[in-house]
Amino acid sequence: MKVTFRIWRQENKNSKGQFESYEVDGLTEDMSFLEALDYLNELLVTQNKKVIAFEYDCREGICGQCGVFINGRAHGPHDHMTTCQLHMRSFKDGETIVVEPWRATAFPVITDLIVDRSAFDRIIEKGGYITAKTGTAAEANAILIAKEVSDKAMDAAACIGCGACVATCKNSSAALFTAAKINHLNSLPQGKPEATQRVLEMTKQMELEGFGSCTFTGACEVECPEGISLTNIAEMNARRAKAKWFG
Amino acid sequence: MLDSKIPEGPLESKWRNYQLKSQLINPANKKKLNVIVVGSGLAGAGAAATLGELGYDVKCFCYQDSARRAHSVAAQGGINAAKNYQHDGDSVWRMFYDTLKGGDFRSREANVFRLAELSAPLIDHYVQQGVPFAREYGGVLVNRSFGGVQVQRTFYARGQTGQQLLLAAYSQLYKMKRAKKVEMFTRHEMLDLVIIEGKAKGIIARDLITGELKRFAADAVVLATGGYSRVFRLSTLAIGCNGSAIWKAHKRGACFAAPSFTQIHPTALPQTSEAQSKLTLMSESLRNDGRIWVPKNKEETRKANEIPEEERDYYLERRYPSFGNLAPRDIASRAAKERIDAGYGVGRLKNAVYLDFKHAIERFGLETIKDRYGNLFKMYKKITGVDAYQEPMQISPAAHFSMGGLWVDYELMTTIPGLYAIGECNFSDHGANRLGANSLLQASIDGYFVLPNTINNYLASALKEDHPTIDHPEFEKVEKEVTDQINKLLSVKGEKTVDHFHRELGKVMWQECAMSRNKEGLVKAIVQIKDIKDAFWKEVNVTGGHQEMNTELEKALRLADFLELGLLMCTDALQREESCGAHFREEFQTSEGEALRNDNAYAYVSAWEYHQGEFKLHKETLDFEYVQPTVRSYK
Ligand SMILES: Cc1cc2nc3c(=O)[nH]c(=O)nc-3n(C[C@H](O)[C@H](O)[C@H](O)COP(=O)(O)OP(=O)(O)OC[C@H]3O[C@@H](n4cnc5c(N)ncnc54)[C@H](O)[C@@H]3O)c2cc1C
Ligand code: FES
Repeated sequence: MKVTFRIWRQENKNSKGQFESYEVDGLTEDMSFLEALDYLNELLVTQNKKVIAFEYDCREGICGQCGVFINGRAHGPHDHMTTCQLHMRSFKDGETIVVEPWRATAFPVITDLIVDRSAFDRIIEKGGYITAKTGTAAEANAILIAKEVSDKAMDAAACIGCGACVATCKNSSAALFTAAKINHLNSLPQGKPEATQRVLEMTKQMELEGFGSCTFTGACEVECPEGISLTNIAEMNARRAKAKWFG
Repeated sequence: MLDSKIPEGPLESKWRNYQLKSQLINPANKKKLNVIVVGSGLAGAGAAATLGELGYDVKCFCYQDSARRAHSVAAQGGINAAKNYQHDGDSVWRMFYDTLKGGDFRSREANVFRLAELSAPLIDHYVQQGVPFAREYGGVLVNRSFGGVQVQRTFYARGQTGQQLLLAAYSQLYKMKRAKKVEMFTRHEMLDLVIIEGKAKGIIARDLITGELKRFAADAVVLATGGYSRVFRLSTLAIGCNGSAIWKAHKRGACFAAPSFTQIHPTALPQTSEAQSKLTLMSESLRNDGRIWVPKNKEETRKANEIPEEERDYYLERRYPSFGNLAPRDIASRAAKERIDAGYGVGRLKNAVYLDFKHAIERFGLETIKDRYGNLFKMYKKITGVDAYQEPMQISPAAHFSMGGLWVDYELMTTIPGLYAIGECNFSDHGANRLGANSLLQASIDGYFVLPNTINNYLASALKEDHPTIDHPEFEKVEKEVTDQINKLLSVKGEKTVDHFHRELGKVMWQECAMSRNKEGLVKAIVQIKDIKDAFWKEVNVTGGHQEMNTELEKALRLADFLELGLLMCTDALQREESCGAHFREEFQTSEGEALRNDNAYAYVSAWEYHQGEFKLHKETLDFEYVQPTVRSYK
């Protein structure tokens, strides 16, 4: 299989980047997309060139480290999939594949396809936790949680923090990411005591980081590898309004 | 040299006795003590957050862009605890016994007992932190069973247990960061350890964005850097997982225990091409309802669904009637290898076996199976393009977990004073084979409960000493050594890629030091690895510079260490002339092909000391006071 990659190259965060084209032959359909980039990088090394920097770790769709724009879509052509889960069988022989980093003010490019997503960590730092020291817990089954409640919390908690929601949103909003964590914790009895403070502080931090506001286009839900539902955002907004007006 | 420091008293009271006698440090003094924690997985994040809560000043490191991505995130199946919620006869004692037996009696009784003892409070802890474990309609927690045991003691959060536990640990870490008790250094890779007057006092880390080498000093250093199975290259681990931190510690004096004890997981997706970078795990929990088989006919050409029942060989059920598909991992992997080697493998490369849900779907209904394993089936479809509700999965063994690691005593301290190793990077609790769902447990217990209770014993004395500073000549010296190594790598300017050498190493390791080993093969492997290592240092090409982000350089540095670690693994496997757990020496087996252990000669933990490129063996004898080692039978 032969394809042409058009890949964004950028030296560092201060430099101006540009696309470069690489024709790559000898790929196979069962290679993953990232393995095709590995393959290209090995070719570059043999030509004594600097490799393309891109991110990954687990390569099984759970760590959230990978993520690039492929032919104009976050994580490539399929819904609900990470870049590392994408395989070359999704492309045609001879196709040109355009690869860019996430684009968002709050996610500055570090080099090539790698961006800085530490804004997500700072949102979590503002309340994406339950305050309880190690060693202070009561017997686990003393807290009964209905299966539906627990399942719903799990749906939200499944977020892998990849940033595709932000990258795909025309406003670069981080509402889905933030909502997922707030709803996970605020819907559980353990998360209730800090619920108000959590929603107020996390959403405030989200705005301070320079993420845009949500206009409910639903693009994020489609690209989310975990398929986290847009209704989470509505729920977060309701929680926020309630917290603002009623404390 | 190897003082395991096991506390006095009966098994049940050892941990309590230890805590009663350990030294305390008053809160005002804790503030003055600095601890470095390298790693932000369950072990590292748990330790860093808890040490922060206790009042220490903590610096925590990881190589990923966020602590939330440590490889603990990938664990699917679950975490064990002796809660006996299912009323099926479970207890701390039984869990202790299962773990000791599962490890084929090559671990310490006292450590294993503590693991079982602290398992129940750990579940309480995680529930409190908001982990959405699976629940019954009535609201109580659900359990399932996992390979190697006959009770249901595994807690889980869909097929994403590791993710949910790690996110809880990560959230605690960032809570303590907010409280200014923990400073977080993401995208920083530890490249060496600094020892001053015989004690661990700091590290050299590379800032992966700028390439800058940085010095960090502390009163104690904790390594929580995870497993090293990427030495095989193809494994279920994340691509960045490495052995560098513990290897550098080893070269500076920490003994390395049981390096060759590696778990090969029976249910990963098979390799399909040379370019493959990773073998994705399919959770072992699938073996609860899935049945494993191969065709009885080697020349079988029909599709799986077209092969009638009587022409299928459910070899695990046949060989191990009482455990069947739930036989422990080492046994299940070896049994798969036996069938594949004998020519009965399935799939394009004939390197896989079937894992079939047909009967489970008939019995429980599609919805139940979807509810239990939905996300695993989805993942399978994404990767292979195949719908496993319709036809069986194809699975194959893959390198998965390192039981070996830095030798630690009961306090989790290595042979270097002030250097601790926790989680998968130490050797402690799993013996020669780890039971499923015991490792999230061990990483968490080490990090949350054990280390924060043992480190004070050492730090109490550190309080009386001067705090180390980064302008000490030792920091200068070690930093220079790291710089030299980097420059040397960059200046080779050969013709071959780092991955080329990693593939070569991986092939040798997989061939000779994985599921079954023999003397001839290991001797040959040692020669081959030395050759690969020599060639690497003469022919590798690492492009780009070091004062910048350079992913090739990161890989090269990790591989340089794997090449040395591989040698030690083979040396260790060669030395152990018995079969135990995952270590199967072909020369030592029963007439039925089962492992033949030799307790008279090998009931010890091997602990290797590094000395100028040579490895010297020390032995920690294992005394079994409370259980009598038996032949581990799952028949
Ligand atoms: C696919 C998979 C599934 C699994 N499923 C289960 C399961 O169901 N149940 C179970 O009990 N166990 C399971 N395990 C095993 C279990 O997940 C691990 O043993 C455990 O999570 C290890 O935790 P840890 O904290 O020791 O290491 P990790 O989570 O691997 O963390 C290592 C940390 O160290 C950092 N690090 C490493 N090297 C350096 C360096 N040089 N410098 C700086 N930082 C460094 C990393 O950035 C990371 O933060 C599974 C393992 C795998 C691979
Ligand atoms: S590499 Fe982990 S999600 Fe893609």
